[in-house]
This record gives sequence, structure tokens and C-alpha cells, in this order.
Amino acid sequence: MLEIGLAHYLTLAAILFTLGVFGIFVNRKNVIIILMSIELLLLSVNINLVAFSANLGDLVGQVFSLFVLTVAAAEAAIGLAILVVYFRNRGSIYVDDINVMKG
Amino acid sequence: MPIAAVPNFAIAAPEMFLAGAAMALLVLGTFLSDAKAARTVSYGCIAALIIAAVIVMALNNGSRTAFGGVFILDGFAVFMKVLILVSAAAVIFMARDYLARHDIDRFEFPILIVLATLGMIMMVSANDFIALYLGLELQSLALYVIASFQRDGTRSPEAGLKYFVLGALASGMLLYGMSLVYGFAGATGFSALADLFKASGGAPIGVIVGLVFIMAGLAFKVSAVPFHMWTPDVYEGAPTPVTALFAVAPKIAAMGLFIRVMVGPFGDLGGQWQQIVVFIAIASMVLGAVAAINQRNIKRLMAYSSIGNMGYALIGLAVAGETADAAVRADGIRNMLIFLAIYVFMNLGTFAVILTMRRGGRMVEEIDGLAGLSKTNPMMALALGVFMFSMAGIPPFAGFLGKLYIFQSAVQAELFGLAIIGVLASVIAAFYYIRIVKVMYFDAPDEAFDGPISMEMKTVLFVSFVFVTFFIVFPTPLLTSAAKATTSLLGG
Repeated sequence: MLEIGLAHYLTLAAILFTLGVFGIFVNRKNVIIILMSIELLLLSVNINLVAFSANLGDLVGQVFSLFVLTVAAAEAAIGLAILVVYFRNRGSIYVDDINVMKG
Repeated sequence: MPIAAVPNFAIAAPEMFLAGAAMALLVLGTFLSDAKAARTVSYGCIAALIIAAVIVMALNNGSRTAFGGVFILDGFAVFMKVLILVSAAAVIFMARDYLARHDIDRFEFPILIVLATLGMIMMVSANDFIALYLGLELQSLALYVIASFQRDGTRSPEAGLKYFVLGALASGMLLYGMSLVYGFAGATGFSALADLFKASGGAPIGVIVGLVFIMAGLAFKVSAVPFHMWTPDVYEGAPTPVTALFAVAPKIAAMGLFIRVMVGPFGDLGGQWQQIVVFIAIASMVLGAVAAINQRNIKRLMAYSSIGNMGYALIGLAVAGETADAAVRADGIRNMLIFLAIYVFMNLGTFAVILTMRRGGRMVEEIDGLAGLSKTNPMMALALGVFMFSMAGIPPFAGFLGKLYIFQSAVQAELFGLAIIGVLASVIAAFYYIRIVKVMYFDAPDEAFDGPISMEMKTVLFVSFVFVTFFIVFPTPLLTSAAKATTSLLGG
């Protein structure tokens, strides 16, 4: 039987984090996907924190992850609000269209 | 039954006051008529920020912690907080005229600035990663919103969106770094971490990886190369008063955080992070100098200028990294604080001028629009000329002394490469600063800007002009307060 240990959780979090970063930079389609990638980044951190917390037998990590969850919710709300304002002006949320300012 | 000792929350009084004031003013704003709300709430916010600054100064009495050690108030925090509060108040003051003319004069604007400022002053007082993160997010979330405040324009929401995406990425990296440091060191408190690394004389590799992530996140927030790409777009797209805010308060707060995190918990790992700071300092100075040459938009120019200036400021942090002599390390931090204070005044003055560049009711953002300003408005041309000479580092203005102190530290710490590249970058940068002076004084005059210049703008312009010009005569107050701040940070 395979024992699931700290290393597995850390690997999972690292993979999710990398996916999130790539989702932001490689994705050329839709800003909503970028918002999802940002959530992925924050959630991978939560996995890290909870895994470490369990491993160390220390509650601080879990408290931290609760704070991260709360802030992530606020962040998503603000991100969507800005996106709505942007969409009203432009009628599009394609990443390639976000280019009025360049230089 | 014993009564638990009343926890000492008094040192967080400025934060609690600002939070209460922001909410009270928000309620007040909804009850006032539209015509009066923005004006009343703006001046209320300015008063709240000034009162908070006074409370901060009144609390300046040694280093104390509260809330179980996650919140610290020392001389360093006091110095940074006063700078942040005063510059935020100055920005609200300057923004009055612009907001009214652009039909975005809503009372939420000053309140969002107050909330962002609250986040900033929490950040510089953080003594624990959780407190740091919460302060940073409070700041960032409010700033994302005010970047897109001109919501019927095309550029402002785009600036807000870009700032949001890249800012959230930076927060993500910072958090990932914090989680690694927590996991491999087993603590999130700065004092506990510092003791841990001191006792073990080093750190496991996981902590070093986490440290690198944390530095990447912080470099994002101070817009240091290679994490600067958001700066020019956000500066250009955001409404000009917001750009003025971005150029001063969040930069100071993020720099304060950078210093506190590096010399605090990671102070004994100086050898690990000094190389990175040296690299980002050099890259920022060079990019700030070279990339600005081709800019035609003055807000973009100021963005590159701020990237370059952050590079110079980081020299001070590099000096504090791994230098044998403790006195030289302390001097590095002190000179960095002096540089940042001077930077605030130069930027506020420059943005006061940029905010008055208006022709036929529209903002002029092209540098060529300043042509012949010396004929049409000699006083403003003189003031902008002084700020540009000061930023270029030409004596006898304040900016010269700021750079001189920083380069002196680099030489004392035997970081000759940094000093030489810094001087070269500042010579290149002088080209575009002085080009503005040339446009103002030697080009054929364009139409005059719309008048009259508002009282608020004149006040900010006058104060920063006096500071930048006469700093060399009375440098002592700033030097001593920066020295005290450094002592309390390092020798606490």
C-alpha cells in the first residue's frame, strides 16, 4: 500500500501552482480563465499550508489557510467586478484585445 | 477569579482610528447629497489621515509589540507610517480638482485611498507573515479598484485589470513562499524565525526556495525588474491622481516591507539574498534609465523613472545584506530611508505639475505638450525644472544628496560594481529628465494650459519645491529621524 505523506501533498501543490502560473501567462483566450488560474494559485498554497500544519502538529498553518480563503473570496469578487466594468466598455474579454496601452 | 490582563492594543491606535474613520465617512457620504458628499468626505479623509499621523508620532516610544507579537511598532514603522500617511493625504488633496473636472467626483474615491493606506500602515507594522499578508491584500484590493475608477474610460479599466491580474500573481508567489518558509522553519512570526536562523546558523533549502518566492512577490510590489512589466501600463491607464498615489505611498510601504522582511526574519541569511537584491537593483537602474528614453507620454516616463529609483533604493538594502561592518549595514538602511523620503517629495511635486497640464478641458500627457512652458507659466516651469534636476541628481537639489548617500554606502560596503553602474545609469537617466527642461525652456511655445491652477495644487507644489530646493541647507531633521528609525529596526 502506498503511504500518502507530506511529499505527495507538496508535489500536488507545486503542480497546481505551476498550472496556475502557466494559466496566467500561456492562456491567450479568456480573462475568466486567468481568474480561475489565480484561484488555483491561492488554493495550491492552502494545500501546502494545511499539509505542513498537519505535519508539524501546529495549528498556525490552518489559521493562515482560513485567512487565505477569505482573502481569495474578496479577491475574486473584486476581479470579477473589474472585469464587468471592462466588458461594458469593450464588449470583449479576449486576452489579445487588452492592448490599448503598449510600449 | 483572576482577571486576564487587558491586552495592550494602544499601539495599534492609528490603524483602529483609520478603520473607524473610513467606515464612519462611508456612512456620512451616503447620507449627504451628491453635490456635497465628495468634498466633505475628501476633507474628512485628509483630516483622518493627518490625525492618524499625529497619533503615530505620539506613540513613538521604543519598540513594542501587541496581538501576541504579530504587530510591532518601532521607530522604523513610525518613520514609514508618517511618510505613507502624509503622502496619501497629499494625493487626496491634489485629486480634488481632477476628479471634479473629469466627472468622477465620488466620495468612494478618498475612502478607498484611506482603506489602502490602512493596509499599508498595517504592512509596515507586520511582525508575522499572516499580518503581513492581510495588510498587503487590504492595500492591493483597494488599489485595484481605484486604478479602474474612471470606469467609463477605455484605459482605466484596462489598467485596473492588468494591475489586478499581475498583483494577484505576485500575492500568489508571496504566499507560496510564505507557506514554504512556514513548513520548513515551523513558524510564521518574524522574531521566532530570526531566532531560529540565528541559532542554527543557516536554513534548510526549503526556506531558501521560499525566500526566493517571497522576494519575487515583494519585487513585484515595488516594481523592480524583472517584475516591473505592469508599471508603465498601469501608470499610463490609471487616472492621474491615482498614478500619483501609486508612485508614492504603495512604493514606500512595499519598500518598508521589503526592508523589514529581509533584515528581520532573514537577517542572518544575508549571504543568501544579497546577490538577488544586487541583481534586481542593477537591472532596475539600467532598465529605468534606458527604457524611458523613447517615451513620449509623461506618465509612462514617470513609471520608468520610478522603476529606476527603486533600483537606487535597493542598493541600500543590498548593503545591509552581507557586510562585515555593522555600522555600514545600518548606514545602508538609513540612506535608503532618506532616499525614499526625498523620492516622495520629488514625485508629489512632479505629479502636481502633471495634474495641471490641461488644455481645452483635456489632460495633456505628451511631453511635447510642455513646449515653451517657461513663457506661458514661468513659475510652474521653474518648479518642474527643479524637480527634474533633482531627479537627475544634480546639486544642490535634494535628489542629489539622496543618490550621494546611497552611492556612498555602496562604496563603503565595497560593492563597487553597484556604485559604478548606479552612477552610469543615473547619467543616462539625466538625459530624459533634462530633455523635459529643454522642451520647457527652448522649444517654441504651445498654447497656455487652462487656468487657474487650484489652490490645492499650488500648496503641494510649493511645499515640495521648498523641500527639494532647501533640503541641502537643513538636512538634519530628516537625517536624525532616519537614523533613529534604523537604530530601532536593527538594534531594537
